[in-house]
Amino acid sequence: MRVDLYEKLMRAGASRRDVLKGAASMAAIAAASGAGLGALTRPAAADDSLRAKILQIPGVGKGQPTDADFQKVGELCLEATKANVKEGEFAGVELTFMGLNNQNLHNVLFRGFLKPWEAYTGAKISWIDLAQADYNARLQQSIATGTVDFDIIEMGAPFEGDVCGKGLTSEMPDWVKKQIDFDDLVNYLKPPVGTWNGKQYRVTIDGDAHNFNYRTDVFSDSELAAAWKADSGDKAGLTEWGVPKTWQQVQAVTKFLKGKKFKGQDVYGYLDAPKPWGGFGFYFLGSRATAYAKHPDDKAWLFDADTMKPRVNNPAWVRAIQDVINALPSEPADQINADPNTTAFQQFLAGTGSMIPWWGDVGSNVKTNDSSVIGDVTGFSILPGSDDVYNSKTGKWDKLASGPNYAPNCAYLGWGVYVMARVDADEKKKKAAWSAAAHLGGKDLSIWTAMYPSGFQPYRNSHFNIPEWVAAGYDEAFITSYLKSEGDSYNHPNAAIEPRIPGIFQYYSAAEDILANTFAGKMKAQEGADAIAAAWEKLTDQIGRENQIKLYKASLGM
Amino acid sequence: MAEHTSTANAWPANPADLIPQGRKRLGWGLLAAATLGLLAIIVVQILYKTEMSTIGFDTWRPVIYAYILWGAALGAWQVLTRGEDGQRALFLLPALLFTIAMVIFPTLFGFYIALTDWNLSSFAGRRFNGLDNFWQMLADPYYRNALFNMVLYVLAVLVEYVIAFGLALLLNAQIKARKFFRVVFLLPLMLSPVAVSWMVGKSLMEYRFGPAATLARHLGWDNPAFFSDPITARISIMMLDAWTFIPFMMIMLLAGLQAMSREVLEAARVDGATAWQTFWQVTFPLMLPVSVTAVILRIIFKLKLADIIITLTSGGPGGATDSVSSFIYREYRDRSNVGYGTMLAMAYLVIIVVFVTWLLKFASRFVRNVN
Repeated sequence: MRVDLYEKLMRAGASRRDVLKGAASMAAIAAASGAGLGALTRPAAADDSLRAKILQIPGVGKGQPTDADFQKVGELCLEATKANVKEGEFAGVELTFMGLNNQNLHNVLFRGFLKPWEAYTGAKISWIDLAQADYNARLQQSIATGTVDFDIIEMGAPFEGDVCGKGLTSEMPDWVKKQIDFDDLVNYLKPPVGTWNGKQYRVTIDGDAHNFNYRTDVFSDSELAAAWKADSGDKAGLTEWGVPKTWQQVQAVTKFLKGKKFKGQDVYGYLDAPKPWGGFGFYFLGSRATAYAKHPDDKAWLFDADTMKPRVNNPAWVRAIQDVINALPSEPADQINADPNTTAFQQFLAGTGSMIPWWGDVGSNVKTNDSSVIGDVTGFSILPGSDDVYNSKTGKWDKLASGPNYAPNCAYLGWGVYVMARVDADEKKKKAAWSAAAHLGGKDLSIWTAMYPSGFQPYRNSHFNIPEWVAAGYDEAFITSYLKSEGDSYNHPNAAIEPRIPGIFQYYSAAEDILANTFAGKMKAQEGADAIAAAWEKLTDQIGRENQIKLYKASLGM
Repeated sequence: MAEHTSTANAWPANPADLIPQGRKRLGWGLLAAATLGLLAIIVVQILYKTEMSTIGFDTWRPVIYAYILWGAALGAWQVLTRGEDGQRALFLLPALLFTIAMVIFPTLFGFYIALTDWNLSSFAGRRFNGLDNFWQMLADPYYRNALFNMVLYVLAVLVEYVIAFGLALLLNAQIKARKFFRVVFLLPLMLSPVAVSWMVGKSLMEYRFGPAATLARHLGWDNPAFFSDPITARISIMMLDAWTFIPFMMIMLLAGLQAMSREVLEAARVDGATAWQTFWQVTFPLMLPVSVTAVILRIIFKLKLADIIITLTSGGPGGATDSVSSFIYREYRDRSNVGYGTMLAMAYLVIIVVFVTWLLKFASRFVRNVN
């Protein structure tokens, strides 16, 4: 077969298997032209747009993209840059980019995307690659010792307080906002996220929220349904066997499933992540707590906004901690030693457990990760709600007229690209840095990163166009469920927004240590919560209470 | 001859006395100028960094250059004022200056940092807070818990020693494929503890599919969770660490056994000693100096235990496996609490120095008494 014909077929959406399906197919393919090819193409193949073109590189389900693919995508998405930058305009400019290299993603992709940009603009980029675990320490040391040695940084919104709050970042020029089509961002990622004192600093490249991932096969099993019906225990309002909608139901189902078998294997309900995970583990208690603690009439949920007095020891949080303590005996025997990485990638994807909260990575991995055995039996929704919600202002539990309280945990708020203020003195360098950032945050490039393994989830309104995903090769029912859970979390009116205050991971890390002791039975839920509150008060005083109050309010848009 | 005798009689006791006064003065002048220059640069830089002056440098690099120049001047001063003795000192000076710069100064600076309230996120930056960190440390249950765990970890060295001695005796015996086994038994020592954590702790001992867990189920342990219960988790960590480092003790003991005179053992056998009597009354006492060295070195390694814990349990469950180093790691890295983290590290350093000094004295007295 001629290589150009083969490549034409591949571009048209045919898989290698389609092409090699025996002699008859070969004959048909050899004869194929124009209309004949149509039989092998998917709907988007007819669409000659740039997005359709890049989404076929290398093609969903056709293996892990390589550096050549990243470069190809970067090259095809250069038009937006060309509109603002002349060829060779940044000759002689040298930039340093600091970012992550988790799972061979992040910086590894950026290198490929920016290679054509470097060739076109003449700028040269040096890279500082960091493991996630080293990121916080490296960044904080650079800030504290005044040795910021990078011009561009990939950074999560929670660090904005540490970096933007200290005047270390460059304000985004208007032409960048236009180039990246800033208005296309989903609402919760628009200001105040990415801003500090009213100034815009961040080119968003990711969206983050915890959604709820569950096993459709477990919750549609007739034997379990019959057992549930026959069960006389507390069902928390879940009269028919199905996916829990509230945390009370999650608890009831988790206890019910203990000791039950499904397809001959032990079946478990919810999977908690009690083991510390560099501060990130606290988000998982947060996901259990938001429905209890985030009242629709109050933007704050982690601290009192006026005093920074922690709310982590109020009845809502204590109930969430107690839920974990109560659920752990019904979870796998080694659950106390499971961090979120274990729950998602070693347990849930491998078929253990039937419910976990996580960032969108679970959804993007169930069908693509080699270790996943649940690709066709996973469903998604926003986090469960609660029958009642704690009102911090009145000190009482409220039952809302509208029904259960839902409060998706918009944990981490996604990654962004920021330009450091040190480039401001040199106009050419500044423009080059912002141009590189804008290229990475470009609208067309972003649909590719949302669709392929990249470490980034959908974050633009334009990412929720389901036909575009289906045309690229995704199963419609699956992607609809996944995108709906993400979109409904982002756009929820009562979403719990990450406090972007300096040292936020110190608060989380201190809490993790105390929670580990609490979950291990060394303290009662209230004692543990009080100890966390005391540690947080100390931290707030150490970092500077007045400033923290100001920044906490700003981060909540108050 | 008379002149020679007279010169010999006048030969000064100190060769430096032969050096002309002018050359000595030049040496002293050079040193004084370099010292003044170094001090001036340090003062200027401190004033600039504390915003008390507008004259200074953006970085501390010029101070390092001044220190290097001062080191060169110090060398020149030695040669100019002490002649050949000074030249000899030149061999030592670079190492001494390097140690001052890379060990002594950072340690002293570390003690200063330990007396400050320095959270990297703090807007106020570093603040001197006296002994506050020290008092906080005394009241810190997590630090006390980590210290208690360290006592248990150190005690486990005795068990490791017994196993290592047994293996060394085995490899010293006339067994088949002795050389092969010696290499094989050394392999764990060549592995990084992080690799051991992943390969053994997170794979072989994995609760669901790990071969060790599967074997344990076959042996009747229903829930072979190696890191979920405090005692099991502690023992699992001790075993993993022991697996990595027993070969280190074993190889030292084996070297000792091989260096031991065979005649002594043969004499014992001729005298009718049993195998146990030969071991307990001949081999063991003769091996004591080597044993003490191996145990002390192992304890020093053990006091630094962190990587396996960080990778496998993060100190859990409930702090049961936390070591001082892994706790400091979290306090310093995850919480950017530099002042307090440094105080914990410095206090631990003092504890180690005191403990190891006592251990060395005790060990030498013990060996002397036994022998």
